[in-house]
Amino acid sequence: MGEYIGFLLYFLSLLTVGGIYAIFALGLNVQWGFAGLFNAGIVGFVAVGAYTYALLTTAESTFHYGGLGLPLPVGMFAAMVASAVIAGLIGAICIRLRSDYLAIATIGIAEIIKLILKNETEVTNGPRGINKIPRAWEHFSEERFYTSWPMSWFNTPEGWEAFFDSLPNWYWQPLFAGTVLLVMYVIYRMLERARLSPWGRMMTAIRENEPASRAAGKDVTRRRIEAFIIGAAIMGLGGALFAQHLRLIEPTNTFDPSKVTFLVWVMLIAGGSGNNRGAIVGAFLIWTIWSASELLIAGAIDLVDAVFTTLDPAILATRAGFLRMMLIGILMQVILQRYPGGILPEVRPASPKAVKQDAGITGETK
Amino acid sequence: MWDAYLFEFVNFYLIPGLVLGCIYALGAIGITLTFGILRFANFAHGEIMMSGAYITWTIMTLLGAAGIVLHPLVALPFACIFVVGLFLLCDRWFYKPFRKAETIKIVIASFGVMLIIRSAVQVIWGPNQIAFVRGISQPNAWLRDVTGDMGAMIIMPNKHLWIFAGTIVIVIALSYLLNKTRTGKAMRAVSDSPDLAHVTGINVETVIKATWIVGGICATAAGVFLVMDTQTLETTMGFRMLLPMFAAAILGGIGKPYGAVFGGLVIGLAEELSAYPWIGTAPLLSPGYKTGVAFAIMVVMLIVRPQGLFKGRAF
Repeated sequence: MGEYIGFLLYFLSLLTVGGIYAIFALGLNVQWGFAGLFNAGIVGFVAVGAYTYALLTTAESTFHYGGLGLPLPVGMFAAMVASAVIAGLIGAICIRLRSDYLAIATIGIAEIIKLILKNETEVTNGPRGINKIPRAWEHFSEERFYTSWPMSWFNTPEGWEAFFDSLPNWYWQPLFAGTVLLVMYVIYRMLERARLSPWGRMMTAIRENEPASRAAGKDVTRRRIEAFIIGAAIMGLGGALFAQHLRLIEPTNTFDPSKVTFLVWVMLIAGGSGNNRGAIVGAFLIWTIWSASELLIAGAIDLVDAVFTTLDPAILATRAGFLRMMLIGILMQVILQRYPGGILPEVRPASPKAVKQDAGITGETK
Repeated sequence: MWDAYLFEFVNFYLIPGLVLGCIYALGAIGITLTFGILRFANFAHGEIMMSGAYITWTIMTLLGAAGIVLHPLVALPFACIFVVGLFLLCDRWFYKPFRKAETIKIVIASFGVMLIIRSAVQVIWGPNQIAFVRGISQPNAWLRDVTGDMGAMIIMPNKHLWIFAGTIVIVIALSYLLNKTRTGKAMRAVSDSPDLAHVTGINVETVIKATWIVGGICATAAGVFLVMDTQTLETTMGFRMLLPMFAAAILGGIGKPYGAVFGGLVIGLAEELSAYPWIGTAPLLSPGYKTGVAFAIMVVMLIVRPQGLFKGRAF
């Protein structure tokens, strides 16, 4: 029984992190897939979301600002808003220029955000980071939650303590994974709706032929800034969930550009940019490959270690991680050159008029 | 006149700023040429610089083990060969397939190349810092004595003198190449107008090759000068240099090599001088935010004058 639970928990953590990455990929899909905006600083927006959430929801602490102890949904909403505000500022400056400049500016803003997180030790506790970030569902078993409203209405603190002791210590894992997947699904449905709406079709028109859509009277700059802000807000929300999953965040290793920005790009390109379903499929696929290759490489190192006893396995282990990164990079180049559409290429929605006409010709009624 | 304040200002802020500026300038030359001629922002440029420094170190260590002690500047030309080869291979494998596609595809590809090269360096040389040259560098005694007699003592280690000399030599060689040779003139022509250049019979592919070679030599020099200055090899140093180099290229105007040199010097000086106690005794800006200065200058330029100071291209 015990080992099955181990597999189950591994599978659940795969789903959780895969779901969080899928949220990032959906956010990037609005920016790149819908509007053709190159965001090379995903990690910056994720970090803003994660830190906003962490500062607002943790318990009072002497190490960093506040720990305001606000309810979790408030923190998640604030994470979206904070990320969106940053995106609005950078978008207003760079979006009228060509996409290369936006790429440079976003990579810059991501670095600046990390600099601020590292240097403003009064607020963020600097390189030591913030810990004890409340995770949805697991947080109910923390004393400060079950002793206060609304949980204190239903049971006494002692009663709650006994209740949580009676649960297995991983009780929150399926619930948290479910929450992440639910958030992902809601975002997916909303984006599908947006894609099929006049707004989404206008975005495609702007991406494919800017002068024509400008001539048709569309406010190109405004629409692009909208897409950039919506994408960043989704990334901020993903960042809040990321902080919940990790429970300890710090500026350097948690928000490593190669592990966030780059991996999300590979996911979207592999899945199919412009296709929301593709973004989700790509995220789960690449994340599974990424974490499975860790196990594979660990096995390979054991093998090499057994054959060549003179090598130091510790050195191999640290370097193998980078080999993984290199292979993912090469995988991206192959997809980009050979399969530019990805696994699920973009499907353009037909305009309502065309649908009506088709229906008329074939005699169907819609 | 040469009081303690000025002594401190020149030796601890102005000269390091100029040294950093030289390094940025050399890196920015490659970026601005690629941006002007191939029309895309090459994100892999910083990593190529970094790999050039690692290759130089390897050549020095290998020959050092054989009993030959080389100065980094002697190993530099050999490392250039490797780096130029790396650039040309990258172009062939990753950039050429997208030559006719939208430029943003190449930008994504270069973003991937950046990660591939960095991980490759981390796999080969390991992720930890390596000491490039050991020991504390002493200031040049002759310069110290001469300027000390004149009443304005300048403390400069030899490595800084080498960096200045190297940068001046490379910039002069570059200006000769761009103004006097056929290839250089063709490069400028393609940068100004690719279609017109093509119509006049310039072989664009040759020009692109020449761009990678010039960019590769400048990038290796910049990388080696950087590690000569900091004395440590780090795998993240290329990425750290990327933003200031882009800022320098944009400040000088995309496609303008002299603009890039000027922009590099301005960015380097601004970064170092921002930590000088201009008001009161505390640094004007906490040294932790040095990188932010380059970014701030870049953002201001993008708002006010996206074509740069030297009327470069604005897309």
